[in-house]
Amino acid sequence: MGRVIVITSGKGGVGKTTLTANLGTALARLGRSVAVVDADFGLRNLDLLLGLENRVVYTALEVIAGECRLEQALVKDKRTPNLSLLPAAQTRNKTAVNPEQMRQLMEKLAGSYDYVLIDCPAGIEQGFRNAIAGATEALLVTTPEVAAVRDADRVVGLLEAAGISSIQLIVNRLRPDMVTAGQMMAVEDVVEVLAIPLVGMIPEDREVIVSTNKGEPMVLAARPSPAAQAIQRIARRLEGEVVEFPKLAGLGESFWEKARRFLSQKVF
Amino acid sequence: MLLEFLDQLFPRSPGGSREQAKQRLKFILAHDRANLSPAALESMRLEILGVVSRYVELDSEGMQFHLTVEGSTTALIANLPIRRVKPLAAAELDPSAKGQPD
Repeated sequence: MGRVIVITSGKGGVGKTTLTANLGTALARLGRSVAVVDADFGLRNLDLLLGLENRVVYTALEVIAGECRLEQALVKDKRTPNLSLLPAAQTRNKTAVNPEQMRQLMEKLAGSYDYVLIDCPAGIEQGFRNAIAGATEALLVTTPEVAAVRDADRVVGLLEAAGISSIQLIVNRLRPDMVTAGQMMAVEDVVEVLAIPLVGMIPEDREVIVSTNKGEPMVLAARPSPAAQAIQRIARRLEGEVVEFPKLAGLGESFWEKARRFLSQKVF
Repeated sequence: MLLEFLDQLFPRSPGGSREQAKQRLKFILAHDRANLSPAALESMRLEILGVVSRYVELDSEGMQFHLTVEGSTTALIANLPIRRVKPLAAAELDPSAKGQPD
């Protein structure tokens, strides 16, 4: 049986979907079979970030309703063998499915994939309950901002109440310059406050917007940007490898990377 | 631009917003986790003050009474500065050592 991991945060806009798309791709590139599941019924976006929006025929909803087979709904990513997407329905809302149906569906996926990554919708209502129903592990994404951390803490309580005890923290959108200047909470501050083991720290990275525009996960880049490298490290940690956390200063772009970007924009 | 650059070169003292964010979070998370209504907290505060005041005279100026988080535990922090110990206290605690009868 594969690992069923929900990627959740409470607050919206902290990077759940981007992380799901890139972490799924990174794990697949490590040779694992991965299914990424969009659990955001009514507001689906995972297909867009993976650049698979034109290939969606059926969704999880039709599978649950018995209108198609699971294999028919799964969209295989041609750039990344081993990676499949189970899209959410865009037309219906979050009450179209219930937790028990989701649990059965995830169990089925776990039978044929090493990893099932579930992209959880924001909030703690029905959509959240559906998304966590089949999961046995959680990756909690937050940014170093008070509102995001507060919501994350609330989610920890709900996950534990639902029997998901393996919860690991990812601090996203760090700005090393601001942390150094004492103007942003550092990763250790967030870890201390939430008391959850850390599995990743990802810097704010302009490449995220560029890769989203193109529908191309940034971990596929020939020269992965700082955020892409950070996500690749998370994938290796999930695989059980001990990967050191880089120092704050090493998390962002190096001087040479900055220089290269500057030159490629301004000169060529 | 120049100011930002200087800020980075010479980080500000721990009074920066980083520390503020952390302290505010510790406070709000403790209250979220405890799920204790403000009214319940206030009534607890009054009762505790009542008990303590029987023994010592408190300085209401620097008094603190709030919840905070330390790791995964929530703690009630009560800082009650004592102005002076009431003479009655010694008598109540140890009847054999009483100086004056009632």
